[in-house]
Order: sequence, then C-alpha cells, then structure tokens
Amino acid sequence: MTMIKVGMADLKVAKPPAALTTLGLGSCIGICVYDPSTKIIGMAHIMLPSSKTIKNNSNEAKFADTAIVKLLNEMKKLGANPRKFVSKIAGGSQMFKFSSGNDMMKIGHRNAEAVRKILNEQKIPILADDTGGNFGRTIEFFSETGVLKIKTIGHGVKEV
Amino acid sequence: MSELVEQFDTVVLDVLKEVGNIGAGNAATALAKMISKKVDMKVPLVNVLEFSEVPEILGGPEEEVVGIFFKLEGEIEGSIMFVLETKSALQLIELLMPGISSDGFNEFCFSALQEIGNILAGSYISSLSSLSNLDIKISVPSLALDMAGAILSVPAIHFGLIGDKILIIENEFVEEPSAESVNGFFILIPEVDSYDTLLKSLGVQI
Repeated sequence: MTMIKVGMADLKVAKPPAALTTLGLGSCIGICVYDPSTKIIGMAHIMLPSSKTIKNNSNEAKFADTAIVKLLNEMKKLGANPRKFVSKIAGGSQMFKFSSGNDMMKIGHRNAEAVRKILNEQKIPILADDTGGNFGRTIEFFSETGVLKIKTIGHGVKEV
Repeated sequence: MSELVEQFDTVVLDVLKEVGNIGAGNAATALAKMISKKVDMKVPLVNVLEFSEVPEILGGPEEEVVGIFFKLEGEIEGSIMFVLETKSALQLIELLMPGISSDGFNEFCFSALQEIGNILAGSYISSLSSLSNLDIKISVPSLALDMAGAILSVPAIHFGLIGDKILIIENEFVEEPSAESVNGFFILIPEVDSYDTLLKSLGVQI
C-alpha cells in the first residue's frame, strides 16, 4: 500500500489501495473526504479559515474555503460521486496557552469552525470530528476502509 | 507588503542576521552567567524556508521538540518562539540543574526550560529593542513538548497571513570545556503591520 504525504497547505487525492497521511498537525486542520462507492479519498491540510481577508491567497490549499472546493473538484475528476461524499476532520489544537485573548492564538478553533461550516454548506456529513485540545496529531486516511487513524504523543492512538 | 516575506532580499537578511548575532551573543552571555560556565556561540544562520522545509531542520514533522512561545508587547505586536530538539533541551536542563532530568522530562524541567527560554528570548528581544529604538518586551512564556510539525504550525500560520515562507534564526551554543553544543532556533513573528515598523526602525528601506 502506498502512503502519500500531504504537506502543510497542500492537498492530495487517491484511489485504492493508496492511503493519505499528514504529519504533525497542530492548529491546522486535516480535512478528509471519502466516497464509499468508488473508495476515492482526498485530504487537505489547511492553515487558515478564509482566503477572503488575505491579499496573498494564490495557494488554494492553504485556506479552508478554497481548499475544500478544490479537493472536491479533484475527487470528481478522479471519478468520485459527489453525492456519496462523507468527511472526517482532525487538528485545530491550541499549542500554546495564554490568558489574554488574542484571536491568532485561537486560530485552531477558528479553523475548525470554518471547516465545519463549509462542509455543511456543501452538504457533506462529518462522520468524525477530532479537533481541539493542546496537542499535535498525525493522521492516516485509508481508501479501502475509509478509516482515519489519529496518532499523538501522549494522548493515544485512535481510529475513527 | 504581501510580497515582503517572499522577497527578503540580502539587505533585510543581513540586518536580521546582525540582530540575530548580537541577540545571540547577549543570550550566550546570559546563559554563561546562569550556569557559571564559559559558553561560546557560533555565528547564527538566518534562513528563509518554505513551510514544508521547516520541520525537517528539527528532524521531521513527527519528531518530539520543545517550543517556548512568548508574545511581544510594546511598539511591536507579534511573538517570538524558541524551538529546540529534545536532546538539546535535556542538555540545557542538565547544565542548569545537573541530575534533575535523569528520568526524562518532569515539571522541574519545564520550569527550568521556561526560565532558560525567558533569558534567551529576553536577551534577543532586548538587542532588537535597542538596535531599533523601539520599546519591545516579552510576555511570560508558554511551553509545549510535542511534534515539530504541530509546534511549528503556530509560527507558520502567522507567516501564512503574508506568504508561504518563514524566517528562522539558528543559534548554536557551545559549552566549554566539554565542547557540548546545544542547537536552538528562534523564530521572530511580527504581526503584519509591525513588519514595516520594525524594518524601518532598523534602517531598512522597503
């Protein structure tokens, strides 16, 4: 089985038997979309909630809004059926804690909210949501089963 | 402004390198005082890297590293992060409090590291403050021990607002006579609007 790496501000799609992985997610979100009928999978590693407020927004994979649209299109191009799409998301932690409120420190939370909102707008059910906390995650997404494996340091390993 | 980080030219890099050099010099002096040993320092390396390259310098995105994060307060808004490999962190703790980390990280280790981070980042920022004539202070530290990718996502996201690259300053401290060296990385993260202020105050024409 090939394990394809998805970098930061990057997205990839794959057919069975391949799997997709992204290493060391912090405040970023790993968005995983699956079509059970064709077993086509897609993963995006987004850093920021919206491309709309940023001038330099040429990298579509960096922002939740543009990355999700691009990911779904790439999956369709590969032959996936958009009506079957389901999703799983992970990441969005707050790595450093401060008492005073600064919006940028809560970026993980804002990323998670933006991703949920866009997936809802696209009418894609979110089957698993492992976001928040203050720790990093490595995720592996398998096309054969649609299982998402989440690994951490000190917070266990789980499959959702 | 949006192309600023993309276009870090050699002049800007030289200025930041010089700040890094003086800051690290002060940091080495502070470190030497704290551990009562001679501490030497190599010329810092200032690099502008792609996001994906950054975790690699710390051994890969899943490598466990220590990040100590400070907010900048005063005339510049932003933050500064000091990152070091677990091995270097344990060496630093061992220098400061011999024997305390014999069975790995514990609460005392974290306190010691926060204190070391505080002194190093404080020296760095006070150099930056005096070179730029700007009033800049650091907040209390916040520490995390986790995957390099996760820890570095914090500065990467801040830089992500203005580009796809990140500015990182590598410092190597060498303790004498043992010649054991400790590698640490500073990542200075000014908020978008503070970049101009900072570079102008340092005499860089943008």
